[in-house]
Amino acid sequence: MTKNLLLALVLTLPLQSFVLASGVQTPQPPAHEGFVPVDQLPGQEQLPAAPLVAAAYGVAWAVVLLYVWSLWRRLARVERELADVARRIESGAGP
Amino acid sequence: VRLFTPLVGVAIVMFAIAPFLVVNAPYESTMGLVQKIFYFHVASALTMFLSAFVAAIAAATFLFGRKAAADRIAASAAELAVLFGLIVMVSGPLWARKAWGVWWQWDARLTSTLVMWLVFHSYLLLRRYGGPGSEKLSAAVAVFGGALVPFVYWSVNMWRTVHPTTNVIPTLDASMRGPFYFCVLTFFVLYALLLAVRTSLETQRARLDSLYLALDDR
Repeated sequence: MTKNLLLALVLTLPLQSFVLASGVQTPQPPAHEGFVPVDQLPGQEQLPAAPLVAAAYGVAWAVVLLYVWSLWRRLARVERELADVARRIESGAGP
Repeated sequence: VRLFTPLVGVAIVMFAIAPFLVVNAPYESTMGLVQKIFYFHVASALTMFLSAFVAAIAAATFLFGRKAAADRIAASAAELAVLFGLIVMVSGPLWARKAWGVWWQWDARLTSTLVMWLVFHSYLLLRRYGGPGSEKLSAAVAVFGGALVPFVYWSVNMWRTVHPTTNVIPTLDASMRGPFYFCVLTFFVLYALLLAVRTSLETQRARLDSLYLALDDR
């Protein structure tokens, strides 16, 4: 009986040591009862707002400026073509 | 035409002042700095709605009144709805990433805005690649695009969404209201100028087409 008990203890020794070790190495964090406030999150989980705001305003400006530039180019091309066709009509040239 | 040059000056001055007002506006208590996106995001969204309405009304006038000038205004307004929609569709996810933790949510407001934006894309594609007679078909698309505006606007009140409701602007703090309405006015002035220039481009194109026809007839 004692021999069997000792054998069982020896066989379960790795499991016992694992349970003990895991208990020592990873202490359980205190349970949260609600949400964690954003400003108490670890540094790597906090997203900086400044680049997002800068990107939003930068994109808005870039989109408007690019559109104005594209409008200016399209208008210039049409006016050039208009002048060219008007000249051809005045000179009596064919199509 | 006489108002155009002074309006360009006004728009430049307003766009120069707007960032200072936004920077000096108070921080929103829960979102902090990222809430500053609101001033351009909502202003461009309202300008997109305005442009969609202008496109729809002009397209309906063209469909039922056969006025070529109305078609030119509709085409210009549809392009501007896509332009201001682009600002909304970029600035929104940048704000959402910080406020909600995700770039995008398939909720009623975001999805209906995307659908409306795509409707105006389809208007432009139809006009460009639809061949002869596509003006009438695309005009019908613009009417439907304009009809989507009330659904997009009230979607936040009708369905449960993560997007704030339409109650935000009426209950805005007085210190934020000034910069916000200034940004909206700035976008509206810019919109009026861009619409005038874009419509004049369409008018010039129509003149060019008639000149080419005159040249062909000789």
